[in-house]
Amino acid sequence: MKWRKFVGLILAMVWLGLSPLGAGQDLFIKNGTLLTITQGIIHGGDILIIDGKIKEIGQNLTPPKGIRVIDATGKYVMPGIIDSHTHVALSGTNEASVAISSEVRMKDVINPEDPAIFTALTGGVTMVHTMHGSANPIGGENVVLKMKWGKSSEEMYVPYAYRTLKFALGENPKRANMMGFSAQPRYPQTRMGVIAIIRREFAKARSYMREWERYNQLKKNKKLVSFILPPRRNLRLEPLVLMLQGKMVARCHTYQADETLEFIKLSKEFGFKIGAFEHAWEAYKIVKELAAEKIGISVFADNWAYKMEAYQGIAYMAGFCAKHGVLVSINSDSGERIRRLFNDAAKTMRYGDLSEDEALKLITINPAIQLGVQKRVGSLEVGKDADIAIFNKHPLSAYTRCEMTIIEGEVYFDRAKYLEEQQKKAAAKKPHKKGGQK
Amino acid sequence: MKEIIKMMSRPMNWLEKMRKKKKASLRHFIGLGLVFCWLAGLAWWPTLAKAAETEPVIAIKGARLVTVTGSDIPQGTILIKGKYIVDIGPSVTIPPEAKVIEAQGLVAYPGMIDGLTYLGLQEISMVRATVDMRETGNINPQVRADEALRPDSVHIPITRANGTTCALVAPTGGLISGMSALIKLDGWTPEELVIKVPVAMHIQFPMMRGRYRRSSRSVSGSKRIKELKKLFNEARYYEKRRLAAQKNLLLPYPDFDEKLEALLPVVHGQLPVMISVYAEKDIKEVIKFVQEEKLKAILYGVHDGWKVADEIARAGLPVILDSLYNQPSRWEDGYDALYRNPAALVKAGVKIAFSSQSASLAKDLPWHAAKAVAFGLDQKEALKAVTINPAEIFGLGDQMGSLDKGKLANIVLTDGDLLEIRRHVKHLFIEGKEIDLSNYYTDLLHKFEKRLKEK
Repeated sequence: MKWRKFVGLILAMVWLGLSPLGAGQDLFIKNGTLLTITQGIIHGGDILIIDGKIKEIGQNLTPPKGIRVIDATGKYVMPGIIDSHTHVALSGTNEASVAISSEVRMKDVINPEDPAIFTALTGGVTMVHTMHGSANPIGGENVVLKMKWGKSSEEMYVPYAYRTLKFALGENPKRANMMGFSAQPRYPQTRMGVIAIIRREFAKARSYMREWERYNQLKKNKKLVSFILPPRRNLRLEPLVLMLQGKMVARCHTYQADETLEFIKLSKEFGFKIGAFEHAWEAYKIVKELAAEKIGISVFADNWAYKMEAYQGIAYMAGFCAKHGVLVSINSDSGERIRRLFNDAAKTMRYGDLSEDEALKLITINPAIQLGVQKRVGSLEVGKDADIAIFNKHPLSAYTRCEMTIIEGEVYFDRAKYLEEQQKKAAAKKPHKKGGQK
Repeated sequence: MKEIIKMMSRPMNWLEKMRKKKKASLRHFIGLGLVFCWLAGLAWWPTLAKAAETEPVIAIKGARLVTVTGSDIPQGTILIKGKYIVDIGPSVTIPPEAKVIEAQGLVAYPGMIDGLTYLGLQEISMVRATVDMRETGNINPQVRADEALRPDSVHIPITRANGTTCALVAPTGGLISGMSALIKLDGWTPEELVIKVPVAMHIQFPMMRGRYRRSSRSVSGSKRIKELKKLFNEARYYEKRRLAAQKNLLLPYPDFDEKLEALLPVVHGQLPVMISVYAEKDIKEVIKFVQEEKLKAILYGVHDGWKVADEIARAGLPVILDSLYNQPSRWEDGYDALYRNPAALVKAGVKIAFSSQSASLAKDLPWHAAKAVAFGLDQKEALKAVTINPAEIFGLGDQMGSLDKGKLANIVLTDGDLLEIRRHVKHLFIEGKEIDLSNYYTDLLHKFEKRLKEK
């Protein structure tokens, strides 16, 4: 009889394998103020979601029979917020023991149990670019995740985003603010060294790439094929080769204007692409260059003056750069700030005088473009993933509160339901607590 | 402070008296000098009187007035003379000499008061050379925030440009961190900044360890209370020994102890303690402790306040909340525990104030208050918690915190709701003086706007 069970198990596995992993759900959002980002505001709008995708948007849609309906009357519906720079949902951030750790992949250390995932949901965040730290001139490969709390890392992983490699300039790779164990001297200790070591690695990667090209060339010759050996694989250089081939982009942590310009020069020297500069607190000084090179920035709204290189980081920066043709996104870089990115976006209206529309773009479509996922997320449009955040007041008001966060049609955070559960838990706990105190 | 100085000088008194007997002739000379000064003063009097007459008069006309203590005035005028509000209402006669500020369409609020900041003590948090609010060691009651204030900090003009006019500047760290000062955000010297000092003696209890936070501080609350009690008793005995020595020439004076000296106004219940305390158990113990020791006390932080709100209210202790840019320590408390904490405290009848707990982000004070409104706090109560409540908690309720006749003219004019993010401060007055709203941010912005205009 044992073989029957075995076959059953195999069949079950095949069935599970065939069923589309993480396939979305159906949902109908009724009568909300829809902040679509790309197509203006729809008052009293409905959204029909089928299989996790937005099927229809408009006024007075009729919900299909049996579909779950969410009443958004008096509420604001916007695309799920995208955090373009954070370190949540990881069980490691910095491989700080060596200066160059490009072989490290954040994909390998996804932690689906990190409570910061839930924290992100409570602030309407549905997607994050979760990154290697900035201890190394060349860190590791970052990963894009959807905040599917309770699901596996495979289900959270977003395969269609750009592949990005973390670079870092300035104080952090110099280890300038380190104490204790981390303060042990390590090359590089200067900004000169930081640029030099990155250049060295790209030069190595270029010759490594040529070695492979030569091998692949020689391999075609059938007489030679039995005499030649393939080059030794170098996992540290491989991501840089991908960059030289245009298959991966740099996300470079930078503060000072000068080092930012140096990195642009380096990218031209080797012909790799810069996805965005991270933090880039002095970007407002080199707006001309950034706009000309079409390089975006992923920045804080106003978290500044925590270290020397952040001392000229003015809160007007994001707004100023956005107004002058730079693609700007606002990031959290934190498991706490991640839940108030909508507040941070509003700050660009106080500092920088952006319009509501421009401010909202900084946390939706702009980070999506920077991650190459703008065809899937970042706005409320027919055909896009139904990643949605619902707020009780306008998301740019200081008085607002996130009520619901939806990913691919599935509700991952529902404040009303959450409060109910909390109450139940508290009620269940009370008698026990009294007994304990005696 | 006066008490401290008096006590410090007391041991010397008898010596001085002995000396003074020999200096009678000197006294005559001083007497003559005083008469001369009085005559000189008479000669100067007319010019002094003239100065008083020409105190600048400013009329803020046509704004919506949010007085905080009274009801709002949809359209009214505030009359400022010198440092003070001399008249306010819907129909105020504007004297001809007044400088009129047309404020139609704007809203006038009292300047905000930040319940705890590091303004002037910290410039760049990771650069040790610029950080002056954390003294080494555990017991530092003798250090005073006002003695390390840097009036030229870039954070001060940035903060006031968002509507804050006064702030508590407090030391931190250790068990007893030192004394705080209340400052106004305008002045060239530390002395010009300081409104009141000392405001409180700052004491720290550890934050909780939990799922969210991995705290390295492991000293338990009750251990800290034992240590404090021991210290306070030492201070009391120190004073007793000194009093005894003053009465009895045979008894030796105790060696001067700066720390115990500084604690005397605290144990006498004259100088309030501001205790940073977070966990439910610690809050309960702290309430018991301040009652037993008969201390004047303000609670700070109070993350678990919503669990013990009634007890705090019953003890009559005011609470200053720390930055809401924090997370609850315990997962079970709910993601919004710190956000709804202010509402729960107010509902129980506790007087609360907000604080930015920062220097570089002190400008965010109104947004902490707004966050609490999003999670249940009444909007008017939130406004009070950044104006009149902190004024009263710091013992200056009769001087600031609302738009009232006779109060200091600390006034913000905005183009919208003061607690909103999407609004701009248009005019700012601190003690009657119109303040330049430009700051380090705007200076740098303008510098690089110019670069863009270059061809």
